[in-house]
Formats: sequence, structure tokens, C-alpha cells
Amino acid sequence: MAELWDGYLWPLIVIIAKIVLIVGPLLIAVAYLTYAERKVIGAMQMRKGPNVVGPFGLLQPMADGVKLFLKETVIPTGANRVVFVLAPVLTFFLALVAWAVIPFSEGWVLADINVGILYLFAISSLGVYGIIMAGWASNSKYAFLGGLRSAGQMVSYEVSIGFVLVAVLLTAGSLNLSKIVEAQRSVWFVIPHLPMFVIFYISGLAETNRCPFDLPEAESELVAGYNVEYSAMTFAQFFLGEYANMILMAAMGAILFLGGWLPPFDVAPFNWLPGIVWFFLKIAFLLFGFLWVRATFPRYRYDQLMRLGWKVFLPFSLFWVVLTAGVLLALGRLPQG
Amino acid sequence: MEDTLREYLPILIFLVIAVAMAVGMLVMSYIVVPQHPDSEKDSAYECGFEAFEDARVKFDVRFYLVAILFIVFDLEVAFLFPWAITLGKIGMFGFWSMVVFLAILTVGFIYEWKKGALEWE
Repeated sequence: MAELWDGYLWPLIVIIAKIVLIVGPLLIAVAYLTYAERKVIGAMQMRKGPNVVGPFGLLQPMADGVKLFLKETVIPTGANRVVFVLAPVLTFFLALVAWAVIPFSEGWVLADINVGILYLFAISSLGVYGIIMAGWASNSKYAFLGGLRSAGQMVSYEVSIGFVLVAVLLTAGSLNLSKIVEAQRSVWFVIPHLPMFVIFYISGLAETNRCPFDLPEAESELVAGYNVEYSAMTFAQFFLGEYANMILMAAMGAILFLGGWLPPFDVAPFNWLPGIVWFFLKIAFLLFGFLWVRATFPRYRYDQLMRLGWKVFLPFSLFWVVLTAGVLLALGRLPQG
Repeated sequence: MEDTLREYLPILIFLVIAVAMAVGMLVMSYIVVPQHPDSEKDSAYECGFEAFEDARVKFDVRFYLVAILFIVFDLEVAFLFPWAITLGKIGMFGFWSMVVFLAILTVGFIYEWKKGALEWE
């Protein structure tokens, strides 16, 4: 009995508690990211933003969530019912499980696997399936066009993200996310790899279908793109998944380029704050940029989007990978794994 | 072997919980909320018109081209991952092998660029 408890049950409870500790704050963060988005854009446009539900409108995301929960789930007659319902489930599921390998602070990680970055890359690549399935299964022209556009855009920018990751890996010498952060003790990778950070950030906007790359849901031509036929919880899951992916992108940016949980300088006032606070501050900083971009820039045209991805980012990031490898090799600075 | 597998156990449990959450949310909403389907509500949206035809129509061949290019370059990235980690051990030989490989791919990339496979108007 004691063996069963110590060997299986107790570790299981600990793991489940950790998962709850990741998923709970994540969903709250998603809710308040939508609130922050409306407040920030409101302020940038000299409006107030949500301010009725609760003090300063702080309960607005909760009210929105309850409203979506209490709506009727409409499944169009022409749709492929199984695929139609599966698409939002898949999107939401993938947005959650990617967080299993993110190190929040030193040793604060659910699964410290040694191929963490491959896992992240794989999960974020799968995200495109949810959107293609939604676009195809809806059997609506807007959804179909939106799904196609979104898929084309996501795969295009994923290639540049791949090369950016390779450049970081060359410098860090490990696929483990905690070790990548540790490799930045002396200098954050944003300094030697500044152009790669810029490419990563812009590709991140395109990957998550954010403005100025929000063509898949361009409301003036495609109404809402791939999620035009979705309602109630099916829509809510797309929405939650999309915003969770934004936070994930910001977290990846913080880990790969901004030193994860490390303070900017390892001296007195800076290293008083615990690592997780630094990590969250960096995520919040990157997310604020996402919102700022949305309030500032007009939407790209699709040909401009494809040109930027294939003719600018791809050749440049490929060149940068070779350059990084060459320089590190010539200087003998390659990490000896 | 045992230890590597054990590292993945939390991920497996996370997968199960995430599926349960995603499905549970949908099912709960579906059960709690009264459903009143009718034929107008359930028809595909098309600016208020009756939908003209099936939505699975012909679409631009360039989406296929992008998908094919994506496979080529994503495979390339997959080759670069292990190379990037071990470059410290394989040294100059490894570096120049990869440069030759990338050069061949770059020739193909220039060819499709000149052919206009990357043009969208």
C-alpha cells in the first residue's frame, strides 16, 4: 500500500498539481490579455475601452466567457460534423500542451526533456491543422479562403522561424530550453542575434495571424475567415487557442533571445526579484509590442506578405545561419556539447 | 531508457488532461444550453444569400507551390537541427558538407525565384 502510494499515486498527484498550476494561470492570462488588448488599443485611440463590468471593466473577460459558454452551438448542415467539431478542440489542445516544456524559472518546468525546442517546433507546426480542418469542414466560401490563406501564411513563416531556431541552437549548443537560457548568462542572444530576433518577432506575428498579418480573418473581405461558421464554445476555443499561442510566442522569444528567467544584470537590485518575475515581465513586454503593432499598422496585402516571408526573411535567415556557424567555428567558440 | 521515458510521463498526462478539458468544455456547453436548430440558421453564411454552390471549389495553384516549397525547406531545417548541436564535434568537415548541401538547395531556390513561383499579384 505504502509502495503504491509513494511509487505511483503521490508522483501522479504532484504532476497533476503542476499541470493545474500551468493551465489555470495560463487561461487567466489569456482572459486578461484580451482585456489588456482592448484597454491598450482604446487608450491609443483616445477611447476608454471596457469600463462597465466590474471596477475598471476588470470583470469584462469573465462576462465574455460566460456569454460564449451560454450560446447555442451552431453546426452548419453542409459541414463535415466530426471534422468541424474536431478543429477547435485540436487548436485549443495544442495551445495548451505546448506549455509542458516551458521553463518558468530555474528548474520550474513540467517536463525537462532534452529535445524541448523540437517539441515546441513540432507542436506549433501542428497548429496549422486546426485551421485547415476548420476552413475545409465549414463548407463555406469565406471559411475556405480564410483557411487556405492562413495555412499558406503559417507554413511560409514557419520556415524562417526554423532557421532562426537553428541560429540560436548553434550559439547555445543544446535543444534543452533550460540550457539555452543558461547559455545566456554572459550575454543575452538578442545582442549577437539582433536581426534574428526581429525576424522571429515579425514571423511570430504572422504565425499567430496577428495584425498586420491578419489576412485570414480580414473582416472587410472574408468576414472572419476560417472561423466564420463557428459559434459559442467552438469559437471560444479558437479564440483561447489563438491568444494562448500569442503568449507562447512571447514566451519563446523571452527564452530564446531575452535570457528567460535571468535578470538583465546579475547585480544587487536586479537579482532580488525572483526569476519567474523577470520571465513574466519579458513576456508582458513582448505582448505589449503585439498590441501596439495592432493599434499602429495597416494590414499587409497577401502578395506583400508572401514576398516578405520567402524573398526577404528566408534568404536572410539562411545566410545568417551559415554566417553564425562560420564565425563560431573560425573563432573556436562553438559550444562543445 | 527508463529515465528518458519517465521525463515524458508529465507530457503524456498533460495531453490527457488537455484533451479532457477541450472536449469537456464543448460537451458541457452543448448540454447546458438549449439548442434550437433550424434550416436557415444552419445554412452556410454567404452575405445573407442562399449559398450558391458547394464551397469546395477550385483554388489558386500557388497554394500547392507554397506547400511543396515548405516541405523542402522544413526538411532542410530538420537536417540543420542535429548539425547545429554537433557542429563543435564535427568541425570543419561538417561545416563544409552542410555548406555544399545548402548551396545545392540555394541553386534550386534561385531557380524557382526566377521561374516566378514566388510571385503573387
